[in-house]
Amino acid sequence: MPPETSTRVLIVGATSAIAAETARVYAAYGARLFLAGRNPQRLEAVAADLRVRGAGSVLTAVLDVTDRQRCDAVVEEAWSTFGGLDVALLAHGVLPDQARCQASAAATIEALEVNFTSAVALLTPLANRFESAGRGCIAVITSVAGDRGRQSNYVYGAAKGGLDRFLEGLRNRLFHAGVAVVTLKPGFVDTPMTAGLTQGPLFASARRAGRDIHRSIERRRDVAYIPWFWRPIMAILRSLPETVFKRLRL
Amino acid sequence: MPRYRSWGRYPAATPAAVLPVDWRSDPPALDRVRQPVLPYACGRSYGDSCLNDGGVVLDVRRLDRLIAFDQERGLLQCEAGVTLAEILALVVPRGWFLPVVPGTRWVSVGGSIANDIHGKNHHRAGTFGAHVSRFELLRSTGQRTVCTPGDELFRATVGGLGLTGLILWAEIMLKRIPGPAIAVERIRFPGLDAFFALAADDRDFEYTVAWVDCLARGPRLGRGIYMRGDHAPQDGTVPSPLRPARFRVPLDAPAGVLNATTLGLFNEAYYRGQLRGRLRSTVPYAAFFFPLDGVGDWGRLYGANGFVQYQCVVPDVGGGGPIRAIFERISRSGEPASLAVLKRFGNIRSPGLLSFPREGMTLAVDFAVRGRTLALLEDLDAIVRETGGAVYPAKDARMSAASFRAFFPELERFTAQRDAKFSSSFWRRVHAS
Ligand SMILES: Cc1cc2nc3c(=O)[nH]c(=O)nc-3n(C[C@H](O)[C@H](O)[C@H](O)COP(=O)(O)OP(=O)(O)OC[C@H]3O[C@@H](n4cnc5c(N)ncnc54)[C@H](O)[C@@H]3O)c2cc1C
Ligand SMILES: NC(=O)c1ccc[n+]([C@@H]2O[C@H](COP(=O)([O-])OP(=O)(O)OC[C@H]3O[C@@H](n4cnc5c(N)ncnc54)[C@H](OP(=O)(O)O)[C@@H]3O)[C@@H](O)[C@H]2O)c1
Repeated sequence: MPPETSTRVLIVGATSAIAAETARVYAAYGARLFLAGRNPQRLEAVAADLRVRGAGSVLTAVLDVTDRQRCDAVVEEAWSTFGGLDVALLAHGVLPDQARCQASAAATIEALEVNFTSAVALLTPLANRFESAGRGCIAVITSVAGDRGRQSNYVYGAAKGGLDRFLEGLRNRLFHAGVAVVTLKPGFVDTPMTAGLTQGPLFASARRAGRDIHRSIERRRDVAYIPWFWRPIMAILRSLPETVFKRLRL
Repeated sequence: MPRYRSWGRYPAATPAAVLPVDWRSDPPALDRVRQPVLPYACGRSYGDSCLNDGGVVLDVRRLDRLIAFDQERGLLQCEAGVTLAEILALVVPRGWFLPVVPGTRWVSVGGSIANDIHGKNHHRAGTFGAHVSRFELLRSTGQRTVCTPGDELFRATVGGLGLTGLILWAEIMLKRIPGPAIAVERIRFPGLDAFFALAADDRDFEYTVAWVDCLARGPRLGRGIYMRGDHAPQDGTVPSPLRPARFRVPLDAPAGVLNATTLGLFNEAYYRGQLRGRLRSTVPYAAFFFPLDGVGDWGRLYGANGFVQYQCVVPDVGGGGPIRAIFERISRSGEPASLAVLKRFGNIRSPGLLSFPREGMTLAVDFAVRGRTLALLEDLDAIVRETGGAVYPAKDARMSAASFRAFFPELERFTAQRDAKFSSSFWRRVHAS
């Protein structure tokens, strides 16, 4: 039997195209899945798919991540349903309209809420539970956009970059408790989130991203670029000094 | 990047917009779209039936979720964008198989219904639509209807070329298999008469098909290789992994790489490649059904202008008159033609009002697109019309409106069920009204 048969996985933002593909890999191994997302019909469609694909069991909970109390309750529910968790994956996110954010602080703060604050609201109770369990893995999808602030997308970039830093600290803290924290940084992935963008050769399919994410979690990578080729690309971008970077139109 | 094109990449078409349909629970409101709409799945149709020049493409590829699988009865319910590749990967290890598969597994369930596709077992199983127990259809008004085989809307949608509405999900009846491998027998035959004799004797085999050299002349006309197969009992597993193409044709070949000489040589080599008259082997199912899936975008070998596939069905009369006439016409034209696929369709009635398969002999040949080719195909249409046959819309980019009417006598009944908001480049071409 594959080792993952009884893996217990919580996925928040489970209706995300990338998360659903990751869940399919777990389902094929017979893992037990707890799916949280804000749209009950979509959540049920994803759950049914995973059941047919062989998941050991699939449970769902409706969750809008901007609802702080619900975040606590859902973590509690997932944890007690399975008597603990092996993996928690946070995948929810929105790609805000940068122009709208520049015109409105409220829009900016709303984007920061979904992409950053809500993750903190989930990671706080999750970290404490994993820490006392002394095992397991917390994985969070951030983005290559967090590696550098660009004029076209810095609100999203700031939220994801902030989350990167938060996870770095959390990894440092939980390392001593035997808990892994995996930061997942996708580049362009072909999902509903990017449906409005013109696709170039750097786009990866959601299936590829899902598989790479599964592998990165199973290998307990600290920071994984999805797919891998974004690592050298971002290394170059990060190495540009501000005096040069600020002049670019990115 | 022209993502929404057809497999033959001919003709060119540009949609005005793309509307993704990602969730069966909350599809987009189609009545708010001004242009005509058309579902687009895997784009494995050759001509313009999956194109909507100037219209709105409804991209269903994210409707790729499975819904339920009854492993006892072999009933699979899934969303319309699920590919046959995905289904086979799931059900074959559990002892089930799709009732009908085409020559590629990269087609969707919705596309398989909309073209009421056929496979190498048509003489025993009929078309794909004959194994669909129900589906849900979304009309442009937002109305959703679960259709079952008795319904007029079911009959219009099966083979309905995506013009009656959008299929959200379907339920398919699978068939039991003893294992994942196919026992194949390949028989070399010297000419058309020998082929007709073999085809008349297909009752005992689940799958039959022939590859025929239609460039050879005189007595060799119609020589080829006949393949017949059955699901083999399990004896050690033959793996058939779900793998994307290992090799992809990266560029459009310069025009003329596939010309009468190179194709003639290829056809000759294919025929000569089998030294013995009869060969028996047991192969993974994918090697038997989907030999071309290993080479991605092979159509690019035909060059940037694209290519057309001509597929027709004509009555299977004694001596194979119509088929012979078609072969002679192709051979005489000197037009570069690929190997032709020849198969006998059985007498199981297709469920769709516009279904292509009907009893007779079906022939499929690829041609690079040139002016003379189109004139040749017009001549072939005339032969098909005279015999009361039909040409396959899923492969068509050029048949006339008059031919279309002649090939599909139930057209009026179909038109009554069509959703007025749905249209395609093909439909506007053959239904000038
Ligand atoms: C190598 C190769 C071999 C082939 N062999 C065979 C064969 O042996 N037998 C055979 O019959 N065909 C064969 N075909 C043709 C192919 O099976 C059909 O064209 C099939 O319909 C393609 O499905 P698709 O998912 O790519 O649909 P598309 O080509 O994207 O669309 C086909 C039609 O289906 C409609 N459609 C798609 N999804 C939906 C939906 N959800 N609801 C309503 N309408 C929808 C579209 O509007 C369009 O009219 C072959 C094609 C190739 C490339
Ligand atoms: N696609 C890319 O190119 C790319 C690149 C880098 C990083 N990412 C990140 O990858 C993750 C997955 O995104 P995706 O590409 O798979 O896009 P997606 O399919 O659009 O998924 C986004 C998910 O977030 C959910 N969500 C948004 N707001 C929410 C809220 N308030 N409460 C609960 N759930 C909420 C959405 O739920 P609904 O279904 O209900 O809308 C949806 O499931 C995101 O974190 C994204 O930022 C994506």
